[in-house]
Amino acid sequence: MTTRRNFLKIAGSGIIVLFTVDISEMLAKRTMQVRGYPTDLNSYLRIGEDGRVSLFTGKVEMGQGVFTSLPQMLAEELDVALTSVDPVLGDTDLCPWDMGTFGSMSTRFFGPPMRKAAAEARAILVELGSEHLGVPAEGLGTRDGAVYVKAEPSRSVTYGALVQGKRIERTVDGTAPTQKQSEYTVSGVATTRLDGALKVTGKAKYSADLRMPGLMYAKLLRSPAHGSTLLDVDTTEAEAMDGVRVVRDGDLVAVLHEAPDLAELALAEVRARWQEPTEGVDSETVFDKLLADVPEAQVVTEGGDLATARAGATDVTETLYRARYVAHSAMEPHAAVAQVEGDRITVWASTQTPFPLQRQVAQALGWEPDRVRVITPFVGGGFGGKTFNLQAVEAARLAVLAKAPVNVTWSRREEFFFDTFRPATLVRVSAGLDADKRVAFWDFANMHGGNRSAEPCYHFPNHRVTAAGGWGGRGPAYHPLAVGAWRGPGANVNIWAMEAHMDEMARAAGMSPVDFRMANLTDERMKRVLRTAADQFGHPLAPAPSGKGYGVALATDAGTFVAAFAEVEVNRDRGTVQVKRIVCAQDMGEIVNPEGAKIQMEGCLTMGLGYALTEEIQFDKGAIFNENFDSYTIPRFSWVPKIEVLLVENPELPPQGGGEPAIVAVGAVLCNAIHDAIGVRLTELPMTPGRIRAALAAQ
Amino acid sequence: MRRFVSFFVNGKPVDLEVDPRRRLLWVLRTELGLTGTKYGCGEQHCGACTVLIDGSAALACGVRMSSVSGKEVTTVEGLADGDRLHPVQQAFADHDALQCGFCTPGLVMGAVGLLGRNPSPDEDEIREGLERHLCRCGTHVRVLQAVQTASRVMREEDR
Repeated sequence: MTTRRNFLKIAGSGIIVLFTVDISEMLAKRTMQVRGYPTDLNSYLRIGEDGRVSLFTGKVEMGQGVFTSLPQMLAEELDVALTSVDPVLGDTDLCPWDMGTFGSMSTRFFGPPMRKAAAEARAILVELGSEHLGVPAEGLGTRDGAVYVKAEPSRSVTYGALVQGKRIERTVDGTAPTQKQSEYTVSGVATTRLDGALKVTGKAKYSADLRMPGLMYAKLLRSPAHGSTLLDVDTTEAEAMDGVRVVRDGDLVAVLHEAPDLAELALAEVRARWQEPTEGVDSETVFDKLLADVPEAQVVTEGGDLATARAGATDVTETLYRARYVAHSAMEPHAAVAQVEGDRITVWASTQTPFPLQRQVAQALGWEPDRVRVITPFVGGGFGGKTFNLQAVEAARLAVLAKAPVNVTWSRREEFFFDTFRPATLVRVSAGLDADKRVAFWDFANMHGGNRSAEPCYHFPNHRVTAAGGWGGRGPAYHPLAVGAWRGPGANVNIWAMEAHMDEMARAAGMSPVDFRMANLTDERMKRVLRTAADQFGHPLAPAPSGKGYGVALATDAGTFVAAFAEVEVNRDRGTVQVKRIVCAQDMGEIVNPEGAKIQMEGCLTMGLGYALTEEIQFDKGAIFNENFDSYTIPRFSWVPKIEVLLVENPELPPQGGGEPAIVAVGAVLCNAIHDAIGVRLTELPMTPGRIRAALAAQ
Repeated sequence: MRRFVSFFVNGKPVDLEVDPRRRLLWVLRTELGLTGTKYGCGEQHCGACTVLIDGSAALACGVRMSSVSGKEVTTVEGLADGDRLHPVQQAFADHDALQCGFCTPGLVMGAVGLLGRNPSPDEDEIREGLERHLCRCGTHVRVLQAVQTASRVMREEDR
């Protein structure tokens, strides 16, 4: 493995500050399983002799905006121009180990230690400046990449000049004073994306764009269904084609050509016979299997006396909610280019997890990890799907076998076939009212989806919340399809079931959905978010169903509090839903880039329309029937409602998650708005026209 | 089977000996090294490979090389005038009408094509004009704003 010494060797001269990211809070909450997370060095920054500041981190830019927000935080703390910061992301040779980019953690966990590191660097620069200018440190200030004399501002020396020929190495001890938040001029200020110009001109490079002499594009033989066995294969016709090379290693059969489309044509000439599975569940019967086979439940939270409260409650309801498998469908398919040079291999990959991938490639090749370098160019969307990196392992294996650089880019069909889907999930919710029309008891059990955001934001005196299985740990073994983290993993479905059921309880209480929620809330932070969104929405909500098509939902995710309101129109004959308007307020603590935060919210609200209304994987006995965007429908321009997002100020709280929380509310708010419009409760996601018509017919 | 195909790419003449059944997308990306045009689905469902052919938006993954003879193909690399971005590119950047950026070149070209045939579209016309473009990050509301801004700027420049 690469070591601290290696990084420092590479780092060269200048000021180097090493820092560690504390993820103990996350580990304490068991929101994910992380093993062997090193505690001595996770990232570092360097101020070079040219005055430029480089930030080396294993995070990647996949649209969420760290290419902009991390430099903002650094520039603020160091007093340098935003444009003088160079983020170096996701390169296993240059950056220290990082577990990956997911869970809305980049700013939340990474930001605070990075600030401390920058403060340390600035303190060193002031010391150096003091010697250089012959003025005590107290009399010095910093601005725009220079140390200056406060009493005589024209006397100054640039950072670049101060580090000239020096080599100063520090580890953060956290004692250097950080900038006052009230005096921020870069962090907390809306900033247009620093990668914008690259991306509108086509200059931004993604993995599949890498080109080098001798590059071959590989297309791999794929089975018709998961669980198939290859009986025999005949590559004679493909091999006879001009410029085609066939590479075979066990079940890995690949056709290589210097043009990807011609490789594809050649692959069509490979004759293969498969034994397909004869048994297995389909998209419908999977729910019977999942209900019959539930791992031991883990308690997420419990309190009070559930049995006594249940016995004394009125209006007791129990509902089984279910959600289908959903695909990530990033616009960039999984891609990788691998090149062997000497005894090392370099893999450029569209991945959210460059360091775990380095190990995976090493294992597949039987090489030591330090012979593998993973470089992460811009990633064209991840959403959790690019924590799975089979394509990069394939490219590496083929590059070694073919003794040539190899590009493996999955087709859209492969993208669906190999996706690690959001798991199909069942949630059983039972609740009742007390004499004051508040929730007397709350009994919530997630099966196979995950525990995230299952803890209610409400004050329920008697409650029990459990989760069994899901996308992590041993959970995937219970699913007939590969499952994984999907933007707001577990949380989308938990919040949907929770908030749909809260609406049912509000109906039983004869109260407006907003008043009922307020009556069950004690958390002032959440109340404020709810009031902010309600004021912006501007229409008081009557007890549902009012026929107006208004809905509300609350969500907590990644430390962020969300309230959403929606207005929908439902065509009763067709069962179609047009979302007219979504208002969403969010308290995410301190905000580094308000514009970036709003963009993430808008993106969440737009993407969420899909899992709420149309997206579902159709399958049978391991065969995936969704092969492209004609059979898997994601949101389009015509669907997009008027979206109004509001940031609720709470600068005392450190930065919380921003990339996922708002999407978590979408299924719930639309479910509640549809109920308000037509008076029926959809208990299955997605809420397709067919399911809406069926629910109306059963009314 | 290879044939000579002569056409123009971003204003420059190109003469290639290629299999005429090949699709423009792959010839641009490999033969010509113009990787701004993206593969997203390969079956004309997503818009990531949108280019202009004689000024009209076309999905390069469905365009056979045999059909581009003599035509002028414009890719995202050919839009800017040196360092000066095309008004549509500038508006996308100014409005932050992008996240991961993978669908962005296609959307930019689609918007240029749209404004070419309708210089002052209203919001509904923009939605309709860009309906075949998919964006998974959900930048749609920003794109609608950016295209409106670009439309205004281009009309002002024309005056």
